[in-house]
Order: sequence, then structure tokens, then C-alpha cells
Amino acid sequence: MIDKRVENLEAALDGLSDGASIMINGFGGTGVPFQFIRALERMSARNLTIITNSVRFVDGFAPALFNDKRVAKVVVSAARSRGPNTSNYERQWLDGELEIEMLPQGTFAERMRAGGAGIPAFFTPTAARTDLAAGKEERMFDGRLCILEEALTADFALIRAARADRWGNLRFRGTQANFGLAMAMAARCTVVETGDASDEPIGPDDVHVPGIFVDRVLECEDLRPSNAGGM
Amino acid sequence: MEHLSRNQIAWRAAQDLEEGSYVNLGLGLPVLIANYKPTDRDLMFHSENGIVGVGPVAGENEEDPDYVDAGSQKITLNSGAALFDSSMAFAMIRGGHLDVTLLGGFEVSETGDLANWDAKMTHKGQLVGGAMDLVTGAKSVRVTMQHTTKKGEPRLVETCGYPLTGVGTVDRVYTDLAVVDVTADGFLVREIVDGLSRDELQSKSGAKLSFADDCGVLSAPELKE
Repeated sequence: MIDKRVENLEAALDGLSDGASIMINGFGGTGVPFQFIRALERMSARNLTIITNSVRFVDGFAPALFNDKRVAKVVVSAARSRGPNTSNYERQWLDGELEIEMLPQGTFAERMRAGGAGIPAFFTPTAARTDLAAGKEERMFDGRLCILEEALTADFALIRAARADRWGNLRFRGTQANFGLAMAMAARCTVVETGDASDEPIGPDDVHVPGIFVDRVLECEDLRPSNAGGM
Repeated sequence: MEHLSRNQIAWRAAQDLEEGSYVNLGLGLPVLIANYKPTDRDLMFHSENGIVGVGPVAGENEEDPDYVDAGSQKITLNSGAALFDSSMAFAMIRGGHLDVTLLGGFEVSETGDLANWDAKMTHKGQLVGGAMDLVTGAKSVRVTMQHTTKKGEPRLVETCGYPLTGVGTVDRVYTDLAVVDVTADGFLVREIVDGLSRDELQSKSGAKLSFADDCGVLSAPELKE
């Protein structure tokens, strides 16, 4: 019988170890797997690659990951902390200890979607002739200069959804989805936390992420802090 | 000379949004444009985290932390709204389905280049967000900004000094002093505030300005700041 529900955080994140690449969903505090981020902070895994739209959520909620220099690289569209001060991860980037791959947000999403859809690379006019095109192959299509962007995959994707069922089908609420579908497609092991993983299947018309893309489901409390949007 | 306030720039930009159009409003001044939507026009506001049909910012009792816009504000939805994931949101942008994008800017060049993402701060990380996708994909790219920096340096320039967001992409610029189109022949002033001469506007600009034959007065109603 297919049942992707697991009992605890250890089982949810089993196999996540040194050198892992990890996609973390979230935008404006929605769809963020705060339980998994907190668990990641408690683990000892180092030399991690974090693929997430804005590094602020991870740093704001799990500062030890950066304080202990366990992150080697982040792939993001936003890596600026709020306010005038320099955050830990900004300091590490300025000192050359942390690699930041900066991507236009649409390219970030599309590279993951491509990774999940078996498309090894694609051309796009976004970012052509800008600093973010450095080192990327160029080609003209319909008179427009385009750059080559390669697919993005990862060892893990960590996602928060409103509902999940034992088949791994997911349903989001509001703007919770954001990068979750693309990440679920692109990761070799997709792990989902939810407040509702009851026995009742999600109606087929209501599924946002088909369970074929999901490997593990953990029912747990949402640790979202009240200031999540402003992190 | 009466220069426009931030809200008045937003009001002016709102007047140009065509009936039925799909519009993305950037962070900062552009999001204020929704407050001045002409009442006779049906507009759909797009947010790149997965919404078409963004409504007003949520009141105290309406706030739901699962419903946020691209600026992480808790928002409401208008009738006819749709929710979706980021890949879909950017397919709308990159696939040329979005009618208008309105963004802030540091500089716009006379060939329509925009610099608005990297201020080269020496002690801060970078943030590009969806700006490069928006200026490349939207049918019409419009920029709101002050005409000069706080030090009085021009923001309308021959060549941008800051890193580019997009090349040859800006159609129209709304400043506190003028409405300026970017044409094949460079900057063309459509409207200028009362009490400012054409020479004075030129002296506050870093590239040659032309003036439309029907160049009008840029004005806006008194608005609460």
C-alpha cells in the first residue's frame, strides 16, 4: 500500500547529509517549511547548497546554519538582508566564504521546472546583456539575444502545504504554492510538511501537486513566526 | 514650480492604464498606483508570486498570512482573481501575456535601458527578484522615479552607470517633473510641470530632450501623503 506519511522529523529528513543540495520553498512567509528549516539547523550536515528564492527566511529562522558556516553556496533571486546592517551571510559572501548564484526570479523558477521536466537547458532573453549573463552562451532567436540557462535539480525539496494525503498529493492555500511545484518536480527526494495529512484523499480535481513528485509527508505543527513576511 | 509628490506620480501613472489590462506593480512607488485606479476601468493586478487579481491591502481583521503579494504584504483578492505557482506567474510575464509592468528605477538611458536592481552597495548582498523577467517580457515597460537623485544628479542619462536590468526596453518614464517617452530618437517630453522651463528640465537631465508638439502640463490633484 502506498503511504508516504512518515512518523517524525528524523524519518522525513533521512539521508540528508554533508554536501547535500536542498531546495526550500517559500515567498513572503507562505509555503515555508519552518519545521524542516529548524530541523536542518539542529543537524550537523555541512557544505550545503541551499536553493531558495530569498535567503532571508533561512537566515532569519535558522541563523546557526550560516553562523556555523555550514552553507557553501546559495542559489537565489534575493540575497539582501533588511535594514542597513550587514548580515552574517552577506559578510561571508563579501569575504569570499559563501558562493551566491544570483538568478532572475523567473529564470530561477523555470530552471527548476526544466530540471523536473527533463529539459537539460533552455534559451531566454531575460538577463541578456546584463551582469547576470556573464559566462552564459548567447544565441539570437527571432532577432532577440538570448542566453542559455541550464536545468536545476537537487537532492531534496522541502515544502509546506495546506493538505497532503498518503499518496503524496498536495493542496496549497492562498500564495503557498510559489516555487513548490517546480521544486517538487526538480528534487530527487521531495519532503512535505503539512497540518493535515488525514486518511481522506484530496479530491482529484483539487490536487495542486500530483503525488508522483512527492516522496515523504510529515504531519506537524506550523512553526511560522508572526513576523515571517517581514523576515 | 510645483513638482509632483510620490502619490501624485502614482496617480499620473494610473491614468494611463488601459481598460482591461493586466498590470504588474513593482515595490516602492509603483504599488501606490493601485490606490489611484480610475473608477471607470477594470484592471487586473498581477503579482509574480502567483496572483492575478490582487485587491487592496488587507485590513486588520481581514489579514490572512497565506495571502501575500510580491512585497510580502497581506492582501485581499478582487473578484475574478486566480492563484497559481511561480512558474505559471513567470510564464505569464516571460511569455508576453502581461500588458504593463511599472517599476522604480535608478537610471533610464535615452535608448531605453533600465538600471534598477544593483546599487553597488559595498556592504550588502544583491537582490534582483523578478525585475529582469518583467522588463524583458511585459508588452509595455513604464518606470516611475524622481527626476534627479537627492544630490541633484540626473536619472535620465545617455548611458546607465549602474548595472543594467534590461536593454532597450523602457517605453515611458513618470517623474516628479515630467512624463517622458523613450523613442527611436531618444527622450521625448510629453508633459512638464507648470513653472518649469524646458531649459531647466534639460539642465536636470543627462541626455538630450525633445519636446512633443502637443507637450502639455503635468499636473495631479492634491493627494494625502
